[in-house]
Amino acid sequence: MSVISPSKTTPASTKGSAAGGSRTRPGKLAESGSPTVRPPAAAHLSDEQVAELGRELDAIRDEILAKRGAEDAAYIRRMIKIQRGLEISGRAALLVSKNKAAWVTGTTLLSLAKILENMEIGHNVLHGQWDWMRDPDIHSTTWEWDFVTPSRSWQHTHNDLHHRWTNVVGKDNDVGYNLLRMDEQQPWKPVNLANPLFNAILAPLFEWGIAIYDLELTEYKEGTKSKEALLKDLKALGKKVVTQFTKDYAATPAVAMLTGSGKQALYGTIAANAIRNVWAHAVIFCGHFPEGTDTFTEEMVEGETRGDWYVRQMIGSANISGSKFMHIMTGNLSHQIEHHLFPDLPSSRYAEVAPRVREICQRYGLKYTTGPLIKQVGSSWAKVFKLALPGKTATA
Amino acid sequence: MTEREKYGSRRSRLNRMIRLRQLAQAASVLTTPLAPEDILALFNPVYSARQLRGVVTRVVQETAQSATIFFRPGRGWHSHLAGQWARIGVELDGVRHWRSYSLSAPAGKDPAITVTDVGAVSGTLVRTTRPGDVLFLAPPQGDFVLPEHPRPLLMVTAGSGITPVMSMIRTLVPRRPDADVVLVHSAKTPGDSLFREELAELADQFPNFRLAHWFTGEQGRMDLTSTDQLDELCPDWKERAAYACGPDSFLDDAEALWKRAALTTAAPGSEVAVAGTTGNLMIERFNTTFNLGVGHDGGVVTFETSDREVEADGDTPLLDVGEDAGILMPSGCRMGICHSCLTPLRAGQVRDLRTGEVHGEPGQLIQTCVSAAAGPVNLEL
Repeated sequence: MSVISPSKTTPASTKGSAAGGSRTRPGKLAESGSPTVRPPAAAHLSDEQVAELGRELDAIRDEILAKRGAEDAAYIRRMIKIQRGLEISGRAALLVSKNKAAWVTGTTLLSLAKILENMEIGHNVLHGQWDWMRDPDIHSTTWEWDFVTPSRSWQHTHNDLHHRWTNVVGKDNDVGYNLLRMDEQQPWKPVNLANPLFNAILAPLFEWGIAIYDLELTEYKEGTKSKEALLKDLKALGKKVVTQFTKDYAATPAVAMLTGSGKQALYGTIAANAIRNVWAHAVIFCGHFPEGTDTFTEEMVEGETRGDWYVRQMIGSANISGSKFMHIMTGNLSHQIEHHLFPDLPSSRYAEVAPRVREICQRYGLKYTTGPLIKQVGSSWAKVFKLALPGKTATA
Repeated sequence: MTEREKYGSRRSRLNRMIRLRQLAQAASVLTTPLAPEDILALFNPVYSARQLRGVVTRVVQETAQSATIFFRPGRGWHSHLAGQWARIGVELDGVRHWRSYSLSAPAGKDPAITVTDVGAVSGTLVRTTRPGDVLFLAPPQGDFVLPEHPRPLLMVTAGSGITPVMSMIRTLVPRRPDADVVLVHSAKTPGDSLFREELAELADQFPNFRLAHWFTGEQGRMDLTSTDQLDELCPDWKERAAYACGPDSFLDDAEALWKRAALTTAAPGSEVAVAGTTGNLMIERFNTTFNLGVGHDGGVVTFETSDREVEADGDTPLLDVGEDAGILMPSGCRMGICHSCLTPLRAGQVRDLRTGEVHGEPGQLIQTCVSAAAGPVNLEL
């Protein structure tokens, strides 16, 4: 490197000037060595073993990259077609939803369409899982989803912050979404008594919870997010709220009024959004909160190598076992472990790599948490209740 | 049709388009965040909110190695001038690749490209395209077009270089009795020679069109290093406006030949001649030379918008290179997972630091945090 490289060696500028100068590169993984503290569940592994584990997982990734092609492209296009078919038929049925059967059909189809759009399509497209196709219609930079939070805001808090700092208390705000106490390291406050109540309210309003969360109000208050950035996000959110509201709660009922089904159509869209919210909330909570998933301290990520990062993703995430239909409806987040290892591999490939990831976990003596949906949902709710009460405080 | 009728019909078409757009806008209230086109695409694949598409209507085998693909473009396409080219996007194993192809159909007719099976993209087009397939398109462009005023023309083409010229001949010869066109076309064998029958028929039918074939298989390469062969094929070549299209070496020779001819006719020491005019010759080059970087070569990274050039090695992520040069780089996880750093590549190729794969095409979005320069690279930032 030429040009400005000499300044890289000078210590951090005290003037706080943004131009040029030295720059800390948070998030950069270490080439070798180990974190200051290796997580207890992986403490038995040597640096060499962790490095080897990293190489094995890299090899799995490379193998899938080599295979990725026309078949995968056809898969996502088929999903999009199915989703759009469900969407228009669901909405069409709601237009005549004075008829009870039409209401049930319309609401069901629209719920399915919204779930599919948010989970298997939106979430994964926004991760860049399909960017390799170079199709501007199915790309992380152009996709906007049927969810109230704007894609770009979500991509920042989710792809960048949550996936980079998975389960690191203090760095990954997905641990409780600034609303719930979801880890013993988080000091107990009286408000946490309302944990179960908050969570019960959050579930049917999940998209609104995420929208507020993505504004990063805490960061703004702490001064790490600028006012301009917040205003920009607020503006984008406002625009999205208006279009989403208009579509579901004004335009669809208005057209349905032509058949005297206006009120029913409104109930239908409200129900579809709520059903999608409850489902998404359940699936997301199964990702990192069930019994068996670990959280981490900042010491555990200082000096983290790629291998250690992989380890943290595996012991910090939990899968859901079930049918192929269930996997698709969760957006393959039922393969949360695989998703966290390879967030930008096509979701349709997670099932294929899962047995090999599991085998690696076994061989290295790491846990691989999985269970049926009911059990995992129950387990994450149990945590919501348990941590409502003061218990052990940070002992890690 | 009188001018007034023409104007009237254009106006009504404009009105129709405006009404259509208003309708689409109204419908988008119900389809947001999708556009109505995204829904219509379920029924007709040329609809897209973001990209121009065309549906293949007919595929005609031209020679063993080449085929002409006719397509019906969607909204956003404009009709081409004879000699122009268009960028065509094709999917190879799920990945979109773009190439430029000359349009061989006459101006005013449905567009068509004639493709010869060289390279992966063209090969796929020739071998696998079927009616009903979707092509991705960019509107026609290019300055290799007919002169505005009638004048005697000479076309010198080799191999698939005939495609833009074929559009010109088809446009001009049957419609303009005052045209005067000579085509000198070089191909390996008669079997390889594109449009041979059609050209022969045109030459039979229209006295204003003269055709001279050159078969390299029998006669060896056409020699353009001297004027001897050209003098024989078209004695009055110096008086004609000339168009040349073909492989690079063929064009280099043609360019040199015309330059010398211009030099001899220009006054000695004339500024114009020294500036390298090729006189009456117009050239269309097919871009086939790629700057393939190998292994760990770094290269000069040009940040086009910021107007900065930086020397980079082959192991440093372009993200770091840009940041060190003071460029405002979009960034995220810095480990290749979040895609926050995607930046359009303008030229050159990059090496994926994870896989070692060297890749990149102009316009492609690359992850700067895991890509290093493989040779000179231009980024849009």
